[in-house]
Amino acid sequence: MHYNLSHLDQLESEAIFIMREVASQFQKPVLLFSGGKDSIVMVHLARKAFWPAKIPFPLMHIDTGHNFDETIKFRDDLVKETGAELIVASVQESIDKGRVVEEKGPNASRNALQTVTLLDAIEEHQFDAAFGGGRRDEEKARAKERFFSHRDEFGQWDPKNQRPELWNLFNGMKQIGEHFRVFPLSNWTEMDVWQYIAKENIPIPNIYYSHKRKVVERNGMLLAVSPYITIKDTEKVEERIVRCRTVGDMTCTGVVESPAAVIEDIIQEVAAARVTERGGRADDKRSETAMEDRKRQGYF
Amino acid sequence: MSETVSTEQYLNMDLLRFTTAGSVDDGKSTLIGRLLYDSKSIFEDQMNAVEEASRNMGDHTVNLALLTDGLKAEREQGITIDVAYRYFATPKRKFIIADTPGHIQYTRNMVTGASTANLAIILVDARHGVVEQTCRHAFIASLLQIKHLVLCVNKMDLVDYSEEAYNKIKEKFDDFSSKLEIQDIHYIPISALKGDNVVEKSENTPWYNGSTLLYTLENVHIASDYNFVDCRLPVQRVIRPQSDKFHDFRGYAGRVEGGIFKPGDDVLALPSGFTTKIKSIETYDQKLDEAFPPMSVCMTLEDEIDISRGDMIVKPNNQPEIGQDIDMMVCWLNDKKLIPGKKYAFKHTTKEGRCVVKEILYKVNINTLHKIEGETEMGLNEIGRIKIRTTTPLFFDSYKKNRSTGSIILIEEGTNETVGAGMII
Repeated sequence: MHYNLSHLDQLESEAIFIMREVASQFQKPVLLFSGGKDSIVMVHLARKAFWPAKIPFPLMHIDTGHNFDETIKFRDDLVKETGAELIVASVQESIDKGRVVEEKGPNASRNALQTVTLLDAIEEHQFDAAFGGGRRDEEKARAKERFFSHRDEFGQWDPKNQRPELWNLFNGMKQIGEHFRVFPLSNWTEMDVWQYIAKENIPIPNIYYSHKRKVVERNGMLLAVSPYITIKDTEKVEERIVRCRTVGDMTCTGVVESPAAVIEDIIQEVAAARVTERGGRADDKRSETAMEDRKRQGYF
Repeated sequence: MSETVSTEQYLNMDLLRFTTAGSVDDGKSTLIGRLLYDSKSIFEDQMNAVEEASRNMGDHTVNLALLTDGLKAEREQGITIDVAYRYFATPKRKFIIADTPGHIQYTRNMVTGASTANLAIILVDARHGVVEQTCRHAFIASLLQIKHLVLCVNKMDLVDYSEEAYNKIKEKFDDFSSKLEIQDIHYIPISALKGDNVVEKSENTPWYNGSTLLYTLENVHIASDYNFVDCRLPVQRVIRPQSDKFHDFRGYAGRVEGGIFKPGDDVLALPSGFTTKIKSIETYDQKLDEAFPPMSVCMTLEDEIDISRGDMIVKPNNQPEIGQDIDMMVCWLNDKKLIPGKKYAFKHTTKEGRCVVKEILYKVNINTLHKIEGETEMGLNEIGRIKIRTTTPLFFDSYKKNRSTGSIILIEEGTNETVGAGMII
C-alpha cells in the first residue's frame, strides 16, 4: 500500500516526535554527546526535528580525557557545522576538585567516574532533561528503560518504580531538582542505526572504519594502545587491522579486527556478528548487573 | 537475519508491534526465546550470560526467561516485574515485542504493552484450555482496540498433538471472543519448546492447514491499522527560525495522527476556528506532496493565524468532537485509588490540563465482563467507565475511531505519577 511508512521511517518519526516533546515540555534540555555513532544519529535527528530553526538545546560531552583524537576533531567539526552550543564537562576536573578518586591498576577506567561529572554538570547548568543515545536492544537493564525516564533529586533511577508509558503520551512532570533522561532511540537496534547512517549519508568518525592500530589483547578483548592504559609485562603489543564497533572511553572500549572500509561492509559485519556490540565493553563485564548498578546511580 | 543484508530490502521492511500474554507457565518466555533464537537475534555473549546465570541460580536447563528479565530484582525473585521490549527482524518485517509479565500488576503492564501494539499473542496451555486469565487478556486486547489477535495453543506435544483438544479450545475461545470487538483472530497449535508451527510447519499436526506463527506475524495486514480518513494534526511546537534565510518562516510541527494532508488543502485550526490553506509540508530533506500517519512533519499555512502547542489542525468538513465533559473507559494503574471529586492533571494529544472525576458509572469484572454499578472508588488494575470534566475543551475522537486522539492519561498531581489510562467513548 502506498500509505505505508517503512520501519526506519517510523523509527525516525518516533524519535523526532520525542525530541519535539522534550523541547516543548521542558525548560532546559541538553543532548548528551559522546562522539559515538548513536549520539551522532541523535544530532542528525535533532536537526531534522527543528529545521529550519537551529537545534534548540546544547550538546554536552562528558569528557573522560581518554578520547580517540578522531572523536574530538569530529565533535568540534560537527558543532561548527550545526551551529549548536557545546558544553564540555571534564572528569579530570572532577578528579582535581576531589569529587572522585581515580581508579588504580591496569584495568583502571574513568567510565564509572563519569556519573559524578555528569550529575554535577546537570545540577550546575540546571538541565531538566538530558537526551541519551541508549537503546533497549543494547543491554538487559536498558530493555526496561522508558522513553522518558525519571531521575530523582540525586539523579537516581528506580527501575522497580517506573511510570507506565502508554500510547504516545509522555509524562515529563517532575518536582524541582529532579530531571529526566530521554531516549529517542529506544526502539532502534544496532542494525537500524547503521542502516539509517547509510540511508541518510551521515558522516561518522573514521575510527569506525578499518585502520591499522597498535592493540593489546586483554580478557578476550582487543584494547587500543594509548597513554591511558597500563600494559602489563605479560602482554604483547601488536599492530592489527581493526575498527571500533562502539566508541567510548579508550580504556574500556574494545576494537575488533575487521577489514570493513565502507558503510556497506560494516552492515554486512553487523548482520553476521554473533556477539553484541557491548560485548566489547569492559565496563559491562564487571558484574552481571554492572549496567543496572551504574544506571541506578545516574549513569547514561 | 540472513547472511547478507541488502540495504534496499532493509529500507522497505515494515514494522509490526506485538504484545505477548499468557498466564504463568504457559511458555511465553520459551516462545519469545524461540522466536529470537530462530531469527538469530540472540547473540553468543547474551546466550553465554544466560547460561551462566541459569547455572548460578541452580537451574538444570537454560532459562530463556533470563533473556528478558533484565533487572536484578527480577532475577532474584524469578519473576518479571516490568514490560520488557525485545526486537527481531526477518527479511520481511521488523518486530517489536512488548513482553508483559503474568504475575503481579498484570493489567497495568498488559495495558501499557497493548497501547502501542498492532497484534496480541495470547498463549494457552493445551492441557488446561481457556482459563480465566485467557479471557482477561482477550478483553484487554479488545478494550485497547488491538486489531489482530493470535491465540497460540501451546504445549501441543503434551496432549499428543490432539486435534480434538485443539478444537475444543478453539470453540471455547470463539464463543467468548464473540462478545469482544476483535476483528481478526488466528488460531495456531504450537509447541514453543519443540518448535512445532512456530517457524517451521509441523509434521505432528497434519490436520492443521493454517500458517505457522512466524508466517502469520510476517503477513498479517497492518497497513490499514491507522486512520487515513479523519485529518488530525495536533500541534507540538511552533517553529520560527527568525534567521536571515528563513525570516518569515512559521511552521507547525507535529505528527499526523489521522488522515492525509496535502498542500493546497483547506484546513481549520482549533480552537480558534480560523480557516486557511496548507502552503507547504516541510521536512529537512524535502517538501512533501502529502503527509499521513505516523509522519512527523512541519506544516506552513497561507495565512498567519494564532496557533500554538495543544491546538489542532483539521479539515473544515471533518472536525473532531470538542468538549469538556469526557466519557471514557479507564484502567487504573496506581495503588492510590481513583475517587470521584478528586482532581488530576491530564495529557491528551499535545494538550495538558487539569480535570476532575465527576462519576464512576460502573466497573467491569474483567473475568466475566459483567458491569458492576454503584461503586465509589477504583483500585489498582481495575477497569471501569468514568466521566471527567476538563479545565479546557479537548479536541477528541472516540478511541475506536482514532487511538491517538481518543486516548488520555491521568496524572496524580502530588507525585506526578501516571495513574490512569483512559480511552474516550
